[in-house]
Amino acid sequence: MKILVGISRVPDTATRILVGKDGKSIDEQGVKFIINPYDEFALEEGLRIKEKFGGEVVTITVGPEPSKEIIRTALAMGADRAVLVKTNSSFDSFFTAKNIAIYAKEFNPDIILFGKQSVDYDSLAVPAMVSELLNFPLITIVSKLTIDGSKVVAERDVVGGREVVETTLPCVISAQKGLNEPRYPKLPDILKAKNKPIDERSPQETSPMYEIINMEIPHRARKNIILSDSDEDIAEIARLLHEDAKII
Amino acid sequence: MKKILVLIEVLENKIKRVSYELITAGRKIAEQTNYELLGVAFSSNTELLEKVKEFGLSKIILINNSTFEKYSVSLFSKALSQVVTKYQVEYVLLPAHTYGLEIAGRLAANLESPYISDCISLTIDNGKAIAKKPIYAGKAQINVLVDGNIKIFTLRPNVFTAEVNPTEKLEIEEFNPDVGDNDKKEVVVNSFRNEGKLDVLEAEIVVSGGRGIKGPEHYNLIEELANVLGAAVGASRAVVDAGWRPHNEQVGQTGKTVSPTLYVACGISGAIQHLAGMASSKFILAINKDKDAPIFKVADYGIVGDLFNAIPKLIKELKKYKE
Repeated sequence: MKILVGISRVPDTATRILVGKDGKSIDEQGVKFIINPYDEFALEEGLRIKEKFGGEVVTITVGPEPSKEIIRTALAMGADRAVLVKTNSSFDSFFTAKNIAIYAKEFNPDIILFGKQSVDYDSLAVPAMVSELLNFPLITIVSKLTIDGSKVVAERDVVGGREVVETTLPCVISAQKGLNEPRYPKLPDILKAKNKPIDERSPQETSPMYEIINMEIPHRARKNIILSDSDEDIAEIARLLHEDAKII
Repeated sequence: MKKILVLIEVLENKIKRVSYELITAGRKIAEQTNYELLGVAFSSNTELLEKVKEFGLSKIILINNSTFEKYSVSLFSKALSQVVTKYQVEYVLLPAHTYGLEIAGRLAANLESPYISDCISLTIDNGKAIAKKPIYAGKAQINVLVDGNIKIFTLRPNVFTAEVNPTEKLEIEEFNPDVGDNDKKEVVVNSFRNEGKLDVLEAEIVVSGGRGIKGPEHYNLIEELANVLGAAVGASRAVVDAGWRPHNEQVGQTGKTVSPTLYVACGISGAIQHLAGMASSKFILAINKDKDAPIFKVADYGIVGDLFNAIPKLIKELKKYKE
């Protein structure tokens, strides 16, 4: 089984986001970067598929040079090798998808796994775009996956319920939290990962379709009426919910 | 004339509310550009579709063909791509939820057209579109200028208002997409509804519990409060990671981003990841023992105190308004 897993480098979710000097992107100073949390579920699933059926797990990243740090983590978790398409552009999902599709055509994977979204731009677009560019089936936001021969059965939450979707390999899957429990790399694996190859490439450019005008931090003025749990205060909160927020 | 296309989503013989939000957003673009507003629906129930008139939509492209009876992302996006081409569509508006998001991604790649997901505002300036979109789970947002012959947007549900703007006549034009069986690459073989349970994404009010609830056995307190308010039940990441509640209830950066009218946080301290998922709620009520908890900084109303004491009292007070 040839398994391709997309991984991206994102700020730690505990990061307080500040606008950078250019007014269009974040201030990266002091920001800790991690593997996109959803990509860890994708990678773990890829590793389990390999453990079950044999084969090879290759990760692909379309990102800047420092992405190598998170690629090393992925290799320590058990990926066999990695591809890094070097770019500083990260907002344009089509550019990312196109470059992943270009590599996929060369690698010919049986399955491509992604995190359901990258927690920086939160676009949820790359898995769908890659599937379209390759003419592969697509199942997104998957929290349970079973592969039997070339048959793929996936479960996912949809608004107000859950559904079971079937398709066949080769396909694109995007992973939701709950799909599995990602492993922590052990020290010998971390050392071994240092010798695993990272294939560095230049991207194929696509015509730019967007211009980020500015980035801003949303601010909502709050009333901040903080009271105690005395009977009178709670009655007052109920009154505010009724008269002020008008929700009851 | 160029067109604006909005997806009219029919699920279990009901038009999803978000469709009316899309119609209103599309109508506003139509007024500014003088383009024609079109709806597109995968449905066999034409009578049901009459309801869109109330919101000012007067023409629907109807795909009423047994191949489309069950949802399949590759099939539906292929059909939509043909509609976009045939009717000279310049703006495509889809809902930013599971189906809309995956359809939009495929459609954008197929048409090699710009696509901005999860927009919270969309304006037209000199023939160019400016979309506002939350990033980093809502900790920041960007304004993006989009140019191109075809532009695709998914709009976040519950953010755009659906405005009543009645029109008299609805024209329904049938369209038969050129698709075959091998375009149906995915099949939904089974689906379950969470019967009688509101989803945090769709609810007007969400009541969430955090570590302060101390154990899953006390969650009935949260459920009772939710019940009185007609609210959906949510949870913090700590509570989900501890296995007390299912992941589909998780609100926050690795869960769902919600913007209800009222969000009630019970025993939730307000980690930055949680705040990201609920900070755009219209009103926020926090109940927490620790007066310095960060959740109070974003709250409109707060109760500093033990939730096991405060929630029953609050339920009692709220019931008075219901009578």
